[in-house]
Amino acid sequence: MPAYNTIAFRPELCNGCGDCMRSCASVKTGSADPANSRIQIAADDGSYALALCRQCADPKCVASCPAAALDKHGDDGVIAWDGSKCVNCLLCTVGCAYGGIVYNAAERHVVKCDTCDGDPACVKVCDTGALRYITTARIYNEVGDLEDLFAPGLSGCQGCNTELVMRHTLRRIGPDTVLATPPGCIPGMGAVGYNGLTGTKVPVFHPLLTNTASMLTGIKRQYRRLGREVNAVALAGDGGAADVGFQSLSGAAERGEQILFICVDNEGYMNTGMQRSSCTPFGAWTSTTPVGERGRGKTQDAKNLPVLMMMHNCEYVATASTGFMEDLYAKLDRAIDASKRGFAYLHIYSPCTTGWRFPSQDNMEVARKAVESNFVLLWEFAPGEGLRLSRDPGRPVAITEYLRVLGKFRHLADEDVRHIQGTVNRNLRFIEGLAGGQHPAMASLAADRADQAGTQR
Amino acid sequence: MPVPNRYVIVGASHAGLEALRAIRMQDAEGSLAMITRDDALPYSPTVLPYVVSGRSAPERVALKDEAWFAEQKAQLLRGRTVTAVEATANQLRLDDGSLIGYERLLLATGAAPQLPPIPGLRGVKFHVLRRLDDAIGLHAALPSVKQAVVLGAGLIGMHAAENLAKAGVQVTLVELQPRVLAGYFDADAAAIIESAFSDRGVRLLLGRRAAGVAADGAGIRLQLDDGSELTAGLLLVATGVAPAMECIADSGIATDRGILVDERMQTSVGNVWAAGDVAQARDFYGTDAGARIINGILPDAVEQGRIAGQAMAGDPALRPYPGGVPLNTYTFFGQQAVSVGRQDIGETVLREADRARYLKIVMQQDQLTGIFGINAPFDPGIMWELILRRIDLGPLRAAFLADPQTVARRIMSRSWR
Repeated sequence: MPAYNTIAFRPELCNGCGDCMRSCASVKTGSADPANSRIQIAADDGSYALALCRQCADPKCVASCPAAALDKHGDDGVIAWDGSKCVNCLLCTVGCAYGGIVYNAAERHVVKCDTCDGDPACVKVCDTGALRYITTARIYNEVGDLEDLFAPGLSGCQGCNTELVMRHTLRRIGPDTVLATPPGCIPGMGAVGYNGLTGTKVPVFHPLLTNTASMLTGIKRQYRRLGREVNAVALAGDGGAADVGFQSLSGAAERGEQILFICVDNEGYMNTGMQRSSCTPFGAWTSTTPVGERGRGKTQDAKNLPVLMMMHNCEYVATASTGFMEDLYAKLDRAIDASKRGFAYLHIYSPCTTGWRFPSQDNMEVARKAVESNFVLLWEFAPGEGLRLSRDPGRPVAITEYLRVLGKFRHLADEDVRHIQGTVNRNLRFIEGLAGGQHPAMASLAADRADQAGTQR
Repeated sequence: MPVPNRYVIVGASHAGLEALRAIRMQDAEGSLAMITRDDALPYSPTVLPYVVSGRSAPERVALKDEAWFAEQKAQLLRGRTVTAVEATANQLRLDDGSLIGYERLLLATGAAPQLPPIPGLRGVKFHVLRRLDDAIGLHAALPSVKQAVVLGAGLIGMHAAENLAKAGVQVTLVELQPRVLAGYFDADAAAIIESAFSDRGVRLLLGRRAAGVAADGAGIRLQLDDGSELTAGLLLVATGVAPAMECIADSGIATDRGILVDERMQTSVGNVWAAGDVAQARDFYGTDAGARIINGILPDAVEQGRIAGQAMAGDPALRPYPGGVPLNTYTFFGQQAVSVGRQDIGETVLREADRARYLKIVMQQDQLTGIFGINAPFDPGIMWELILRRIDLGPLRAAFLADPQTVARRIMSRSWR
């Protein structure tokens, strides 16, 4: 059974403006009377209630229709109403517990949402983000049948986000791959092997922390010499990328080696006992930045590794999060493509239940909050295009919403939170500046483009 | 001894089809046969009045086609009647003498018209409306009919009377009760419905009993208990239905008015289940846990069918049947009547009625027990859930009574995903 797109409603972002209802009514009936809208939103004690067809997977309205006038379409999952068969008995409205199919007095028959052929008019006019059209189903439909190239039973911690990153990325990259996993959680959970077996279904090796990118360089070049096209891929932690491994990483990026380097950033050396790395953020508890009578967690801000990688003028650089999978997959595809031409670097934030000390079931929520608070910014860079923010950082949730979920920040004083907010603001201004072409390097890119356009003219 | 099917379902309407779907959610492969006495593809009895009027073409009312059964890896045996359930041998005897073995059996045989004890009825030509062939026959008879008598003002009788009237027939409706649709609406609501019929020229004879009937040329002559007489070219008997359970007469399966089932739709015989109009199941409002009712309505047939299918396939997600809630929707001459729950339990906390609109809400303590409307907007599916979940309406009582649709939607948004 395929997965389907859906309209999602977040009442906390709704302001009750009613634009969605007027837009729906106009599109469906030609009059803007909200009574004719297929989506109904009602104020509810400071929040908002939603009545809308959920396009149920196992729809009771369809089962309750005596005239075969309702049918769930296999291609887009929409429950369609056939006016030529409907006998106006209203039994479908008994089957629906969501107020999603309702008799309309003006049209004299039941009406329901048909998602406007995949382009819902209500979502288009929602300025607050309360209504969104979720198209993540596409990922499942496209990659659901691809082979998982890691063995089952990897021994990651409960709720491990990194395992998700590994399985999602490698199944997309495909079997024609040589994989490098330097010391860290990824080989530590068994990816690189145990008892004489590997944990992957592709060739995998375990370089030193220092030489991952160098070894991949050699392997990729040897395969090219043999005339074989393979993906040379690294799945490395932030320690292996930003600290000890940075020299070889920087060198390979500067040389433009055809490598896809994925940094799985869990903000420390979590595999070996939760020590700090240069990617650990200010204020965070780690075993080497303890919290006690004098210690207040890490006293420096994190190194901004993806920005450093961008300044190597790589073929492609992007940040991503498992809280935003569509975005992650779009960037993964671009990165795979770019690695055929040059160095591609993908920086994926990976909340760590064990090292950051939060309940294992909250991983996606933490990943999402990190982005929604702008603690993590999602962007991509390609030469000739410059930097582009791939998610609007406007209207962030309060940074405290993110920090208070995490045990490693539990000790923070107000001034520490202010420091972190300042860092977030500075990063945002910097990245927005780059995106707006205000940074000198970006300004020259913009000038180059203008020159090219002028030459063409 | 025939090779037994893993599953056999007798009956191919809503309960049977939903059971088939529920089984296939859990067991994609187990051999499955569905038996229907009709030659036609599966259809709903509810659509038949519209076949009579011509609004629904008989070939367009099929709920599922052969391709669907092939997809489901299910065998559909059409035009075959089960004459006996031989429960000790786990087999069914069919009208052609053949035997079908089963490991797990669902009886979803529905109901059959119950004929009233009217002297002379067996000797005249009359119609009933339960099967597709009945509807096609009635539709074919329409052009030659000028006057029709409909016995019974239940849903089938009312739908048929309206559709006959729309086809230009002069209709007289005879009902024993003092009002129409007595099972679903009170006198005020029934009055709105009755006036809509009268306005369209349908003659309503309420509180009248048919005393006798005789042939009169090609038609009939009907005597009423007050001595008056009616003649008509067509007689439709719609005085109610009874569970179709002749085939289990000697099976040892326990019955009362219908086949008795527990909260998993299981009968007294361990590998036999029953669902839909044939089943007598838990009463949601019953104070006695053993109370069993026949709740012959389409949405409940779907519920029961799904539960039976889940139980037959061992689906761990099964949630026991919460009990039957009477509910129905009824549209007449472009107006909408909706009835959810019971009128006679609790107290009437709101009642608004005029000639065009009616709304009544019945509550017990602060829980909804019933809501009834004509041309009054509310979502029956949400109201049904409010009743089943026994939602405490205390804090929202005044708001709910002022605007039941919006407030129920609010509760839905807060209480269920």
